[in-house]
Amino acid sequence: MAMQETFESHNGCKIRLMRGGQGAPLLFLHGGGGAPLWLPFMEMLSRRFDVIVPEHPGYGGSDTPEWLDQIGDLAYFYLDLIDALKLSGVHLVGTSLGGWIAAEIAVRDCAKLMTLTLSAAVGINVKGVPKGDLFMWSREQLIRNLYHDQKLAEAALAQPVTDQGMMVYAKNQLANAKLGWQPRLHNPHLAKWLHRISVPTLLVWGDADKLVPLPHATAYQALIPGAQLRVIEGCGHVPHVERADAFVAAITDFIGRAA
Amino acid sequence: MKFYCFHLMPYTALDPDYDKKYSSAWVTLPNSYYDPKIGHALYNRYLDELELADACGFDGVCVNEHHQNAYGLMPIPGVMAGALARRTKSARIAVLGRALPLLNNPLVVAEEFAMLDNITGGRFVAGFVRGIGAEYHSFGANPAESHDRFHEAHDLILQAWTQPGPSLFEGKYYRFEYVNCWPRPYQQPHPPIWIPSQGSRETIEWASHPDRKYTYLQTFSPITALARYMNMYRETAQRYGYTATVDQVGWAVPTYCAETDEIAVREARPHIEFFFNKLLRMPQEMLLPPGYLSLASLQGVMQAKRALSSGNQTIEDMMEKGVFLCGSPATLREKLESYQAQIGFGYLLPAMQFGSLPHELTRKSITLFAKEVIPHFRAPAMAPAVAAARA
Repeated sequence: MAMQETFESHNGCKIRLMRGGQGAPLLFLHGGGGAPLWLPFMEMLSRRFDVIVPEHPGYGGSDTPEWLDQIGDLAYFYLDLIDALKLSGVHLVGTSLGGWIAAEIAVRDCAKLMTLTLSAAVGINVKGVPKGDLFMWSREQLIRNLYHDQKLAEAALAQPVTDQGMMVYAKNQLANAKLGWQPRLHNPHLAKWLHRISVPTLLVWGDADKLVPLPHATAYQALIPGAQLRVIEGCGHVPHVERADAFVAAITDFIGRAA
Repeated sequence: MKFYCFHLMPYTALDPDYDKKYSSAWVTLPNSYYDPKIGHALYNRYLDELELADACGFDGVCVNEHHQNAYGLMPIPGVMAGALARRTKSARIAVLGRALPLLNNPLVVAEEFAMLDNITGGRFVAGFVRGIGAEYHSFGANPAESHDRFHEAHDLILQAWTQPGPSLFEGKYYRFEYVNCWPRPYQQPHPPIWIPSQGSRETIEWASHPDRKYTYLQTFSPITALARYMNMYRETAQRYGYTATVDQVGWAVPTYCAETDEIAVREARPHIEFFFNKLLRMPQEMLLPPGYLSLASLQGVMQAKRALSSGNQTIEDMMEKGVFLCGSPATLREKLESYQAQIGFGYLLPAMQFGSLPHELTRKSITLFAKEVIPHFRAPAMAPAVAAARA
């Protein structure tokens, strides 16, 4: 099934949602940059899964609702959305900020989940290992720091930037600040409850992640019962873009073994 | 027109080559650049300068709050205001202002300001600001909550000053079971409130609201922006159904006065260029963290920015734009008279010290300005200018 883009309202908030493919539902939660495009990894996953990619309330083409204050608001929003879309047996995949939301969903309720994948996820603090300061970086520095392979960063930077693109960037950064300025990109209480996650969990991380360095992966692994860690070498903060093949292989392999 | 001598208290000894290694004099500039012995001398020198301004006839003296930078050494402006409270005799003392959203507990501002108002017997002016974008980085305060916290903290302080205590305050960010400010303000119902801003429609709509009618201060902006925002204030007041007085608008601007125009430019040049090019230097991400401006305002800034030239500014650029007032007493009288006639503001807040301007030049400029410029604008001489501005 070709990708369909729709807008739909839940909890008084209109969100933009892309959906394509057939199979078990795979809900992908994007990171701090939004999900403007149907990316190659989504296309690859859609050959095996019903891939559902919403833009979070506050981001990109979605509205910013009055009720959006903290990360837990998005966790409850998505628990409601899973019910509204009548999904069950969901493979929940979140990257970066989306990984944080996914973890917050899973500690609340795993009933509709089949598996959980956190990629380069923020959400917890590792003492002595600061995250990169994406709020102090310029847009160019941010793009450079997302990738290990600087050729990919240069290709991304070579794309023309429109006024509309800059406004979307500003909107996304505003939502990132709202959710993660202080305490910086984590919930101090999340780590206490990660043991509640009762579905098979995979952690996917680039070994050269400058935004959320690798010790965050091992910290998550220690806190989530039975979590597996797959480190992708020569890869930065966006494995789903920088190493889409390896990212998709890690997820399909993990889900295949977990099922 | 009333004259309030404004002081930022910069670290004048900052190595001007710091910017070969660091992008700004804010947030990340190592504090190893600061020498406490120099700081000791500077703090006392700066208090002397404000005391001099009081002695020679300024209507008020102003201090303000900035954190973790070389641009302004007053993280706690109440310390300076407290020192001034005892040494000044007639000038009003204005704290312009406390940066409310940076504080975990804004009730301390209600208390601090009430103390100053009591000590001075009502010579105090209260200023409220949101702080500079960089300070949200320095203080870990969430810029996305900046506007909402500002308004809520303001409401809390006003409640503390005006409602009989104890009272309950139920906000989203602040909650108090017992708001009960000891001491109560000396001025009733509360000290005058001034709102310094670099220009925003939202701030003007809020400050000019009939419930508030706060004095709006345009800070460090080109003269064209000054005119635009002052007109906006008056128009907004008209829409609210009243006519704003000249006392509801003011202008803060670095100012230098010397014997002749030529001497003034020569003496001020390195120091004002140091101010704009070294102390104010800041990458966009530091200056405008997400949410510091509303998305609508940000769009305006992005469009305006395209029209601005980048790179270092010269004193001539600054004087032409009107972000710096500089010249002989006659020139300053003439410029102020003309701006006053065109724009109509009741308060001028000259920053008589700026950048690396040394003590002797600051003294000279304060003295000359007080003697040769201020008296020219005392009532009734200014009445026609006000009438022209209102016409």
